[in-house]
Parts: sequence; C-alpha cells; structure tokens
Amino acid sequence: MERSAAWFRRLAKRASAPGLLFLFGCAENYPQTTLNPRGDFARLVDHLFRTTVWWAVLVFVLVEGALLLALFKFRGRPDDPEPRQSHGNTALEVVWTVIPAFILVMIAVPTIETIFKTSDYARGDAVQIEVVGHQWWWEFRYPDLGVVTANEMHVPVGRTVNLRMTTVDVIHSFWVPQFAAKRDVFPGRHNPLWFKAEVTGTFSGQCAEFCGEQHARMGFRVISETPEQFAAWVERQRPGSPLVNGGRVVRDTTLPAEPAARAARLAADSVERAGQAVFLAGGCIGCHAMAGTPTAGVSRMKGPNLSHVGSRSGIVAGMLENTDENVRKWLDNPDSVKKGTLMVLPRRLTGPEIAALVAYLRAHQ
Amino acid sequence: MATGVLDHAPAAPAPETTGIWGWITTVDHKRIGILYGTTAFMFFLLGGIEALIMRLQLMKPDNTLVSAATFNSLFTMHGTTMIFLGVMPLSAMFFNYFIPLQIGARDVAFPRLNAFSYWVFLLGGLFVNFSFLLNAAPNAGWFGYANLTETTYSPGLNTDFWVLGLQILGIASMAAAINFFVTVVNPRAPGMRMLRMPMFVWMSFITQILLLLAFPVITVALIFLMMDRHFGTHFFIPAGGGDPVLWQHLFWIFGHPEVYILILPAFGIVSEVLPVFSRKPLFGYTAMVFSGAFIAFLGFGVWSHHMFSTGMGPFADSFFAISTMLIAVPTGVKIFNWLGTLWGGSLQFRTPLYFAVGMVAMFIVGGLSGVMHAVPPADLQQTDSYFVVAHFHYVLFGGAIFGLTAGAYYWFPKMSGRMLDETLGKLHFWLMFIGFNVTFFPMHFLGLNGMPRRVYTYPAGLNFEFWNRIETYGALLLGASFLVFLWNLGATFRKPAHAPADPWRGATLEWLIPSPPQEFNYAEVPPVNSSTPAWDLRRAHGRPLPEPLRVSGAGIHMPRPSKWPAVTAVGVLGVIGSMLLTHAVQHWYAITLTGAAILFYGVYRWAFEPAF
Repeated sequence: MERSAAWFRRLAKRASAPGLLFLFGCAENYPQTTLNPRGDFARLVDHLFRTTVWWAVLVFVLVEGALLLALFKFRGRPDDPEPRQSHGNTALEVVWTVIPAFILVMIAVPTIETIFKTSDYARGDAVQIEVVGHQWWWEFRYPDLGVVTANEMHVPVGRTVNLRMTTVDVIHSFWVPQFAAKRDVFPGRHNPLWFKAEVTGTFSGQCAEFCGEQHARMGFRVISETPEQFAAWVERQRPGSPLVNGGRVVRDTTLPAEPAARAARLAADSVERAGQAVFLAGGCIGCHAMAGTPTAGVSRMKGPNLSHVGSRSGIVAGMLENTDENVRKWLDNPDSVKKGTLMVLPRRLTGPEIAALVAYLRAHQ
Repeated sequence: MATGVLDHAPAAPAPETTGIWGWITTVDHKRIGILYGTTAFMFFLLGGIEALIMRLQLMKPDNTLVSAATFNSLFTMHGTTMIFLGVMPLSAMFFNYFIPLQIGARDVAFPRLNAFSYWVFLLGGLFVNFSFLLNAAPNAGWFGYANLTETTYSPGLNTDFWVLGLQILGIASMAAAINFFVTVVNPRAPGMRMLRMPMFVWMSFITQILLLLAFPVITVALIFLMMDRHFGTHFFIPAGGGDPVLWQHLFWIFGHPEVYILILPAFGIVSEVLPVFSRKPLFGYTAMVFSGAFIAFLGFGVWSHHMFSTGMGPFADSFFAISTMLIAVPTGVKIFNWLGTLWGGSLQFRTPLYFAVGMVAMFIVGGLSGVMHAVPPADLQQTDSYFVVAHFHYVLFGGAIFGLTAGAYYWFPKMSGRMLDETLGKLHFWLMFIGFNVTFFPMHFLGLNGMPRRVYTYPAGLNFEFWNRIETYGALLLGASFLVFLWNLGATFRKPAHAPADPWRGATLEWLIPSPPQEFNYAEVPPVNSSTPAWDLRRAHGRPLPEPLRVSGAGIHMPRPSKWPAVTAVGVLGVIGSMLLTHAVQHWYAITLTGAAILFYGVYRWAFEPAF
C-alpha cells in the first residue's frame, strides 16, 4: 500500500508536466540521452530534431483536434435524417495537399544542410581514432598517438575527434548519444564519424545494431578530459601498445614495453608475478596482448588489448565496474557473467590462480 | 428490382461438403477466408504471447526471466510472426471473403489456387514455429541482416528455418497476389468500373501489385543467403568479395513496400467503415484512390531510409530523405479525406467506428514520427532505438491492427450471421486503446533517452526501468483487451444466428445478400451505378429494403471441392523444407525428391481435374 502510493506519487510527478517540456527537461537523468547534447555533432542533430518536433506537435494538435471536434460535433442518432451527401471539395483538397508539402519543405531544407555537414570525416586538426567493432566489445586505436585500448575512449575536450570505423566480424553500430549519433560499422569498409566534446566527464555509449547473442552487453564509455589529462593518459597508455612496439608509430620505437618502476614492483610482488605466470601459461596470451609479455606489440589479437587494463573504469564492455571482485567473478566463469561470450578459458581456473590474475591485471595501471 | 425474382424461390440445402474433409477440400473463397482468419488469429495470439514474455523480461533492469538467446529468438519470431503470419494473412482473410463479395463475383478468379495459397501459408507458418520444438527458433532478427546470418556467426538450424520458412510463405503470398489481382481485374459485376470499386477493393488491389513486385526481391535475397550458407557462395561475405550492404538493399526494397502491404488493406477497411457510420460517402474518392496508388509507387523509392546509419553518403541520404518526406503528402491527403468523411456526417457510434477512428488517431502519431525518421541526421539518433519501435507499432498496431479490428467488427455479422456484443466491443476498444498507448508511447521517451532496440536487458544505471515497467503494465492491459475480444467471440457463438443482411446500413454490395452469404454469393448481381450501390438501391426503394431470402442455387455452377491444392502444398513443404537437412541428413535430397514427386503429382491431378 505504502509502496504503491509512493509509486503513484512518483508517476504523477514524472507524468504531470506537459509532454515535451517533460521530455526535454528530464533528459539529464538519462546518461545515454540524445536530448541533452554535449558535443557539436549531437547538437547539430538535436537542433534539427527540435525543428521537426515542433512541426510535428503543431500538426498533431491541429489534426487530432479536428478529429476530436468532428467526433463531438457530428454525433448522430440512428433515426436522424441522412446528412448532406458531399463527395469532396477540390479547393479544400488542394489546400490540404499544399500545406503539408510546404511544411515538408521547411523541414527538408535544414535537413539537407545538416546531411552535408555530418556525412564525412571532419577536416582540419583532429585526433584520429580507429574504431573496431568486435562481438561484443569495442576496440579503440589512436594510430598517431600509439595507443590501443578497449571499451573506453578517451578524448580531449574542445578538440574534434575523427573516427574511422570498421569491424572484424558482423555489423555493429557506434552510438554515443550525447556526443554523436549512430553510424554502422561494416566488415571490409570504413565509415566516418566525428564529434567535439564540449564538457569533460564520462559518457555512455552502446552498440545499436543487433550483432548476436550479447548485443545488449556491448557498451562502452567515452571519457572526455582536459587536454593535459588526455596527454597524460596517452603517455601512460603507450608502453606496450602494439602501435608503438609493433612499429605503427615510427617516431618513438624506443619506448620500453614496461616502465622500470613497474617492472621493479612486479619483481617484488610475488602474487603479481604468479599472476603473470598464469597469464602466460594459462592461455590468456592466445587472445590478449599485454605489456611486459611476448604479446606486447602484437596487433589484431582476438580479445581486447589488456595493457593498462587496471586503469579502465569498467570491464566486460562496460557491463561491470573494474573492481577486484568483478574481475574475479569474470575470470571464474565468463560464460555465466555474459552467456555466449567468445572469451573461452582453456580450463577452469583455480581460486589461487584467479586471485593472482586479479592482482596482476588490476595492477596494470 | 434484381432481388424481386428471388424472394419467392425456395431455399435449398447447401451443396457443400461438410466436416473436416469439407474444410480441407474447400475452394469457396468465404470458407478459405475463415480458414485464413482463424489461423492468422492463432498466430497473432502466439506473436502476442512472445511480446508479453519480452515485456516481462524488460520490466526491470538486468532481469533474468529469459536468457539472451531466448530473447533474441522471441523478438525475431515476434516480428516474423506478426508480419508474415499475423497481419498479412488477417488481411488475406478480408481479401478472400470480401473482394469477391464487394465486386459482385461468385468467387475469386482461381478458386483452387486460392486453397493452395492457404495451405502453403499454414504449412509455412507451422514450419517456422516448429523450430521452437527443436530449440532452434530463428534468432537473427526478422530483418536477417547478413553477415550475422552467415554460417560463421549463425551456425545451426535457426536461420535456416527462417530463410526456408519465408520462402514457403512467399509462395503463398505470390499465388494469392496473382489470384486477387486477376479477381479485381476480371470478374467484376457489370457497371462496376474501376473508379466505382469500393475503397477496400482498391487498396487491396494496390496491395496485390506491391506483393507481386516486392516478394520476388526477398525471394532472390533469401536464395542468395541460402547459397551462401550451404553452397559456398559469397554474396554477402566480405572476405569472399561480397557485401553485407547488398543484403540490406535487397531486404528493404522488399521491406518498405511490405510496410504498405501491411497498412494499405487497413486503409481500405477504414475507408469502408467511416462512410457507413458517418452515413455519407467517402470524401474525395478519386483522391483516395490516387493517393493510395502514389503511396505504393513511392514506396519502391524510399527503401534506403532504413539505412541512413550505414553511411551511404550525402547524396543518397538526401534523395531518400526527400522521397520519404514526399510520401507524407499522399498519406496526409488520406487522413484529411477521412476527416472530411466524418465532418458533417451523422456519426453512429458503433464498435467498428470506434476502431476506425482509433486507427486514424493512432496512425497520425506513427506518421508524424515517420516524418522525423525521414530526416537522416535526426534518424541517426533514432534508428535502432526504442523510438523506432514506438514509431512502427503506431503504424502497424495503431494503424494496421486497429484497422483490421474495425474490419472484424464491421464484417463479423456478414461472415457469421451473428452480431458481436456492442458493450464488450467497446470495452475491447478502450482496453486496447489505453493499453496500446501505455505500452508504446513511452517507447518514444526511452528511444530518445538512449535505449537501443533488440536488447534482452539493460543496466540499472541508465534509468530505463521506470518507463519499461509502465510499458509492461500497458502490454498486459493490451493482452487483456484481446481476452475481451475472445470472450465476445465465444459469447456470440452461443447465441442464435439471426443477424440481418445489413445491420449497419452498408453502402456496398455485400450488404444486399443474407448473412452469412450463400455459397454462390449472388443469385443475380444487382445493378452498380456508383461506388455506393447498396445506398442507391435503398434510396430508390424509398424505405429500408426487405430482408433478402435464401434462395435455391439450382443451375448455378460452382467450382468443385478439390484435395489437390492441399496435396500440392505438402509437396512444396517437402521440397523447400528438406533443404533444412542438407547438413544433418546424408540423403536429404531423397526428401526433396519425394516432395517434388508429391508436388508434380498434385499439380498433374489438379490440372486434369474438371473444375466444375
């Protein structure tokens, strides 16, 4: 009783405001909303959308209003005399053909303008990012900066990022609603998208094209940060990156696979060292590249590049927060966390092995 | 007076065969219509149950009522079922029953082909759903996007069931489309010129043209996909030089006209119901005909608006944006003409009018969100989100299902000889109207606030749970509304059959003959001098027409019942269905050959069987 009363109050609170104000007003509560743009691409789209919405609201009110009026005004009884038999009215019919056509022109002109603004790559100085869709996670590669990461895209605020997007398996669709609208990724082709983040913060994104069993669990995050923070992030991420060690970034191949400090710590920490041993012997390196192992610098691995995985805020394509407990749960039985995942353990890991791996992975900042 | 002669003729017992065998061998368009209707309604309820399970799963975040795999099968089968086994054959029920009646014909042009269409449809529908029993229900979406549907990503029989099932259903649709096309063109009553045909016949006619032009495309696409899956081709496999985008083009060149295949019959029904219950003719008859034809024509030039997010480039996007917006003009003309029909009328608030007006009101919403989708940059946010789910349910449920339900209440007395209960009918309407809006309107909010479609669950952090819960309550209400309908049907069948020939003061020919009509429909075809021949007769008579009597059909040649259409349909199932076993059974082609033998024997006996 108590609960349902509270529930009704909540319903009333949410539903009482007039539809659209309500719709736009409450958008802040939705981390993945399209109605609260925080990037220039999304803002262009939003502007166009609002233009269309107001026309639609106008037409809706007028036409549904006329319908209701007719229903009340022309209520008849069975024994009423036959009403006047009109078959049509040419003038009227011309008017209601021309008016919608006019409204559509009003919508079409800004539409085509915006199409041409949003179709191609951005020009000029932009951060280049390659987006690669996988069943069911996202790979982000920064070819000019020598960074490869997964499921978390870092971007500098106020600077355009240019996305060149493809997939290694089936069609996916890259969608981070507050920055940019969707664009599908196709095998064997590259599709463009760009946006400029206007504020810092963490923004939610998700695959929007059905891509198989775990389509629902193919989320990602876009982390917008100050240029300084972004530069620092790049520096932290580069060691061990396939783009650096594999030679894609030619100007700086001397980067160590692993910073000295970390190497020293690894040598000192026995659990972590045990974790590395499991990582190497347990089959992980069959699919995952990792700094400090022979796979550092190997590109196009099947699974996400795990170098610096400890610095990411989430794991399993944004499904779980990156905590010891969640990593343990995942390594214990990936298929029970995300049924159908392509991550297959060669054998069930033992408790101590998992604990060691958790320490090893979490320490990889 | 055409009916005068017949008033005194004695009634004769119906010559048709009775019992199960009678139904299997029937070639009577009315009985086949009833078969279509009951079968489609069963499939429709099945699709509804699938939807309810999905709604229960989505009721709360991270729910585990069903697994991801099950959910994917549910939404795939929900879409496939509602489109191919629900709405299309429900329309086919009305085509079957009412095209011949409304044009004053004895039957469809090819009665045995008509039976064949039904049996192929039934077997195809059972075939697709049989997959559930093997735990191999299709799971790659009703749109079957390659390359997800290639064997690498969809091993197993799931997609094969879908591909082959659609091929079987496509044969049923094509045969029926040819049949109804010829029926409308050929055996119309004297005086019924094209521009005097009832609007339902017109919209049905246009639908048949769409079917004839659209289904071959999906047939070809499905053959390509089957070749890719089983015979080593690479039509949609990039590594082999193919292109998955090709599938999308082929699918939507079929898929968009398919939307009009679903909605135009409902447009036709509403255009019948509104004038009768307004007691004045359809406003702008000619404009209604041509706007329908224009919608159908443009319907072949807008398919890529389903693909704005694929990155076709600005010129293609602009072209398809404008062609799509253009469709809003003839659609608007239809809506305004419906308003014009109501305006100035003497509105009789009976159940069919409720549903017809509901259809107009809901279709406006779906049309307006459709215009939003025609704006490619905005569509980049909306496509594949719940906003699209809201949009097409306003069109296909708010439009097609409300329209078909209006037709069901309107024509039920003619088909069964019984009047449905008005109170229950109106209760059905209000439950369905409220349930529908509570279910689907919040999907606009969810889509715009970032909920993608085809997700088996969503995390708690995205704040999707509130509206999802409301939607589930709405869906349960919507389900309940159909229980009221079933209750109404059940109660009505317990009552005596004494519906008058014309309970609504109908305008078209079918209301001049007894309810239900006799096997031969019209002993003598009444004169047709306008698009409202029944009204003409009533006016000429000066007072209500006398109740038409059942007459002897002696001397009227009706087609003979035949079992060969059903046998041939079994052969079709054998030939196509056996492809399922290409990898499972070593000598699978033995089944194909057996099917082919049945098919050819059926056709042979059919061809040499005397038709009368």
